[in-house]
Amino acid sequence: MSVVELHALNARELQRAERRHRWYLFGSGLPALLLVLLTFVLPIGWLFWLSLFDANGQLTIENYTRLLEPIYVLTFVQTFKISIIVTIACVLIGYPYAYFMIKGARWLANLAMGLLLVSLWTSLLVRTYAWLIILQRRGIANDLLMSLGLTDAPLALVHNLTGTVIGMVHIMLPFMILPLYAAMKSIDPIYNQAAAAFGASPSRAFRDVFLPLSLPGLAAGATLVFVITLGFYVTPALLGGGKVQMISMRIESDVSMYANWGAASSLGVVLLLTTLLMLFIVKKGAGLGRRSE
Amino acid sequence: MIRLKQSLMDAVRASWLYVLVLATMLFLVLPTLIVIPMSLSDARYLSFPPKSLSFEPFFSYFASLEWRSATAVSLITATLTMVLATTLGTAAAYSLHVTQSRLSGVLRGLLMAPMIVPTIFIAIGLFFVYARMDMNNTIPGLVLAHTLLALPYVVINVSAGLRSYDMTQEQAACILGATRLRAFFDVTLPQIRFSVIAAAMFAFAISLDEAVISLFISGGDSSTLTKRMFSSLRSEIDPLIAVVATLMTLLSITMLCISIMAQRKAKRAAA
Repeated sequence: MSVVELHALNARELQRAERRHRWYLFGSGLPALLLVLLTFVLPIGWLFWLSLFDANGQLTIENYTRLLEPIYVLTFVQTFKISIIVTIACVLIGYPYAYFMIKGARWLANLAMGLLLVSLWTSLLVRTYAWLIILQRRGIANDLLMSLGLTDAPLALVHNLTGTVIGMVHIMLPFMILPLYAAMKSIDPIYNQAAAAFGASPSRAFRDVFLPLSLPGLAAGATLVFVITLGFYVTPALLGGGKVQMISMRIESDVSMYANWGAASSLGVVLLLTTLLMLFIVKKGAGLGRRSE
Repeated sequence: MIRLKQSLMDAVRASWLYVLVLATMLFLVLPTLIVIPMSLSDARYLSFPPKSLSFEPFFSYFASLEWRSATAVSLITATLTMVLATTLGTAAAYSLHVTQSRLSGVLRGLLMAPMIVPTIFIAIGLFFVYARMDMNNTIPGLVLAHTLLALPYVVINVSAGLRSYDMTQEQAACILGATRLRAFFDVTLPQIRFSVIAAAMFAFAISLDEAVISLFISGGDSSTLTKRMFSSLRSEIDPLIAVVATLMTLLSITMLCISIMAQRKAKRAAA
């Protein structure tokens, strides 16, 4: 064997070893992959199948045409309405909060972050339960409203849309504030200083410099809130008191009360596709925004 | 004069921000705070503030077989989920970190997907599949499902740890004769351990808090705390819920503290 041949052989062997090594490294992800295939891909795939084929294995769109019935359309409308209200409320409450965590006095900003995390880590069911107590007819919310003279008789704050929205805004706020905070934190304060140096008033600097720069974070947070709210189950089921119907609750009752898997699956598929569409639109929008800069 | 007016307006604006933020802080933390006094009230119905304080509800909680068994199921499931999700998630994050192929892109996408797919959809799918595998109402079934939900958080945390770790150290260990596995356990893992601990806390908390999937796939003797709480809150409210809520809150705050300390140390180690 000549030296050249030996080199070629060596290179080939090295390449093979390299490839084997790469497979071996990829393999450390395999157990997780198997788990995802078993508990996620298989069930979701099966539901797609159930939504499209009837008991005899015949392709059918019946499950999807059924969604055009008024009762389902109403559920979709209500779900979107709630998601939009919750998202807007989270933007209005979350933006000043995130802004304060960047610009406020150090210890108060730390406290703001700490309380946000405590809220986020408190069990969702515990928080929903707490809202049931706070908002009930003789709860502290009504006591407060009456002692402030805002109302004479206790208001119905829970087991309806109001209670559902209050509870959901509370649970969704961290998902709004954390991406927004991350985006605001990456804005170099030098931009604001530059604006001030050129004579911009603080409010002008905020409006023309800080606000536009924080918009990507705002979009990320708002999307996250909107998308999670669309599929939310526990809080509306408990705080809505049966008066609020969201897609997720319709899915639950289709399965546990009527054992109608076709209907539940098609609803789930539409919910999933709506979610993906929203994420896609926002991603596209963000991409376009970046290009135009 | 104009300057004075300007700074006065700034002060007014700033105080508005303060009022708004303080109100939001109260809004955020009120539900967490309220459960503790609630659990100490000896009332048959929901009321706040409680009329009398006593530890009686705690004793009846520990005396209740139903709640005790639900607590055991939840704690066992959360512990097993923490172990499984942290192990699989750390391995997967490592794999994603050292390989950049199209296949690992697919793996990353699949691992993150449960975060955006509505949980109710996963829940009914699992209920359907588990029914055919006899896995409904079992702890292994719960652990696998909760691990699925916890994996994205573990991968995100550990990936962040790996990004701030210098991989050449592991290569140096390999050159000195360590196997890749040995190099990982002896050199890499000790240096990303705080990210792994934070990830483990996330996994535990996610499992303990998970309600939607548990509602469908757990029942009878394997009912989780969240399932019992949900059913109870939906019908007649058991006063012991306040006790459960308090214990869960204390546990989650403990885990939050551990994870914050771990993340802080991870950041310091990276700096």
